[in-house]
Amino acid sequence: MAAIEIKDIIKKENLVYGKTKILTDNIMHYCPGCSHGVIHKIVAEVIEELGIQEKTIGVSPVGCSVLAYNYLDIDWQQAAHGRAPALATATKRLLPDHYVFTYQGDGDLASIGTAEILHACNRGENITVIFVNNAIYGMTGGQMAPTTLMGMATATSPYGREAALHGYPLKITELIAQLPGVAYVTRQSVQTPAAVRKAKKAIKKGFENQDKKIGTSFIEIVSTCSSGWKLSPVDSNRWMEEHMFKFYPLGDLKDSERNSEEEYKKYIE
Amino acid sequence: MGELKLMKGNEAIAEAAMRCGCDGYFGYPITPQSEIMETLMLAKPWETTGMVVLQAESEVASINMLYGGASCGKKVMTSSSSPGISLMLEGISYLAGAELPCLIVNVVRGGPGLGTIQPSQADYFQTTKGGGHGDYQVIALAPASVQEMNDFVGLGFDLAFKYRIPSLILTDGVIGQMMEKVIVAESKPRWTDAEIKKISGTWATTGKTKDRERHVITSLNLESEKQEIHNHHLQAKYREIEVNEVRFEEFQTKDAEYLYVAYGSSARICQKSVQLARAKGIKVGLLRPITVWPYPTVRLSELANQVKGMLAVEMSAGQMVYDVRLAANGKIPVSHFGRYGGVIPSPDEVLVAMEKFIKEGK
Repeated sequence: MAAIEIKDIIKKENLVYGKTKILTDNIMHYCPGCSHGVIHKIVAEVIEELGIQEKTIGVSPVGCSVLAYNYLDIDWQQAAHGRAPALATATKRLLPDHYVFTYQGDGDLASIGTAEILHACNRGENITVIFVNNAIYGMTGGQMAPTTLMGMATATSPYGREAALHGYPLKITELIAQLPGVAYVTRQSVQTPAAVRKAKKAIKKGFENQDKKIGTSFIEIVSTCSSGWKLSPVDSNRWMEEHMFKFYPLGDLKDSERNSEEEYKKYIE
Repeated sequence: MGELKLMKGNEAIAEAAMRCGCDGYFGYPITPQSEIMETLMLAKPWETTGMVVLQAESEVASINMLYGGASCGKKVMTSSSSPGISLMLEGISYLAGAELPCLIVNVVRGGPGLGTIQPSQADYFQTTKGGGHGDYQVIALAPASVQEMNDFVGLGFDLAFKYRIPSLILTDGVIGQMMEKVIVAESKPRWTDAEIKKISGTWATTGKTKDRERHVITSLNLESEKQEIHNHHLQAKYREIEVNEVRFEEFQTKDAEYLYVAYGSSARICQKSVQLARAKGIKVGLLRPITVWPYPTVRLSELANQVKGMLAVEMSAGQMVYDVRLAANGKIPVSHFGRYGGVIPSPDEVLVAMEKFIKEGK
C-alpha cells in the first residue's frame, strides 16, 4: 500500500470547513478562552452566507471588542462608550438598504449606554444588536458590571457583589423584550459546538429581520471572561453554565413577525 | 435670487437646512432653540427632499447620531443650547478626532448650570478653546442677523466637508428668537450616492466593496506614536484653516481711534453704539469676528497699530477679550464690557463703557 501524501489530501473536494473571508488574518488581541473570537467568527460567517459584505456597517463599542474593526472585513464605525445604538440609528435611517449592527459588551450596553439601547429598541430601529454579556468589565481590568452576579468578586466588588453596596444585577434583555419596538430578543451562548450553531442561527435571523423591517433584533450571548473571572477557559465555561445560565436563562424571549405598530396594538390591549 | 421671507433665526436655520440638501437632523428640545426641530417636523422634509428628522432621547444620543450619519458621508446636523452642548462635548471631541464633517448649532443661553433661558455669549471658551477633551478645534461661525443664520448653514457644511471638521454656528437667544427679512437660498438636492462617493469615497462607511479596503471611522490609536502623528495632522489642518478661513467685518474702522470688538448680537448693539459715539464726535469703529475660530488675530494686530484702545463687548464675564489681548499683544490697552446671566446690554450703556475706557485708559 502506497503511503498517503499530505498533498493528496489537501484538495478542494476534500475541504469540509474553511475560515470565512470576512474574518481578516489579523491576530486577535482577545485572551485565551474569551468568547469574542467565536462570536466574531459566527457574525462573519453570517455576513458571508447572506452575501451582504458590501451592504453591512458594523458599530463597535468601547470595551474589549473596541477593535472588532480589525477582525471583520466590513466598514466599521467605532462609537463612544455606550453610544453604538445612536450611531446605528442614524446610519440605518440614512442608509435604509444597508445592514447595520452594533456589537456591545455589558458595560457598554447595560450601564453607560442604557438610554441609547432602550430608546433605539423602543423606536424599533431596524438594526441588529449583538450583546456580549460576560458580567464584567474586561478591557479595564475586571471591574463590576451591571450584569455581575450577586456575590461575584470583581476588582471593584472585591468582597463579592452585595445589594446594599452595589445594587442588583440587571436583566437588561428581559427589559428590552417588553418593548413593542423589538421583533426578536434571544439569549444564546457559544461554549459548545451545539451552542455555537444555535447562536449563529439567531444572529442570522437578526440580520434577516432587517429585510422585513419589523423592528430591532437583540441577541444576547452569555459569555466568559477567563481573565476577569480568574478561571481557566474550561473552568470559565463550567462556571458560566452553573451560575450565569441560572440567572440568565438561554432561549428566545420574544420572536415576533409582527411589525412594531401591530405589536403596539397588542401592547396597549 | 431666492425668495424673501420674514422669519425667526431658528426657523431660518431649519429652512436653510432643508434647502441646502441636508440629509439628517437629530436633536433634543431645549429653549431657546426648539423651533429648529419644530419647523422641520412641521415641514416633513422626508416626504420631499428625503431628509431624515429625528427627535433623539438626549443630546448625548443626538451628537452620536451625528457621528453615525457623518461616518456615512451624509450632511447631518444638530442644534441645542448651552447645557445641551455641554452634554455633546464628548461627542464633538470624537467627531473632531475622527475628522467627521457635520454642523452643530448652539443657540447660547445664560449659565452656568441650568442658568437661564435668556441670551448669552458665555459659551465662547467652550466653543473656541476645545470644550471637550484633547487638542481639537471646530470651525465656529457667529451670525449677527437672521440672514446670516440662513447663510451659515450652507457655509458651515461647505467648510465642514472641505476640511473634514465639525462646523459650529455660535449664536444666541437674541438671534434665534428675533424676526428679520431673509433671502432664502434656492433649494439644492441632497447628494446622490455617486456624489457622496466622489466627495467622501475615500473614507465614508457606505459598505465595503471589492474595489477598496474596509473603511473604519475611529478616533482610537493605541500606539501613542501614531496618535501623535494623527495630532500633527490635525494641527496642520487647523493652521491651514487659520490661514484660509478667517472671516470678519469692519464698521467705520478707517479713521477709528477706538475700537469695539464684538460678535453676534453684541456686534449689532455695538454697531448702534458706534453711531451714537460718532454723533458725539468720538471716532469709534467696530470689528466683528464672523469666525470666532479661526479668529481675526492678524487684522486686530494691524488695527492695534492704528487705534488707541480696544473694548471687547460680550454677553459674558469676559471670554473673547483674551483673544483680543493676544492680538493686541500689549501694544494698546484692551478692556472688556459685558452683561451676562441672560442680560442684554443697551447701545447707550456700551457707549458709557467706551467713554469710561477712553477716559481711564483701562
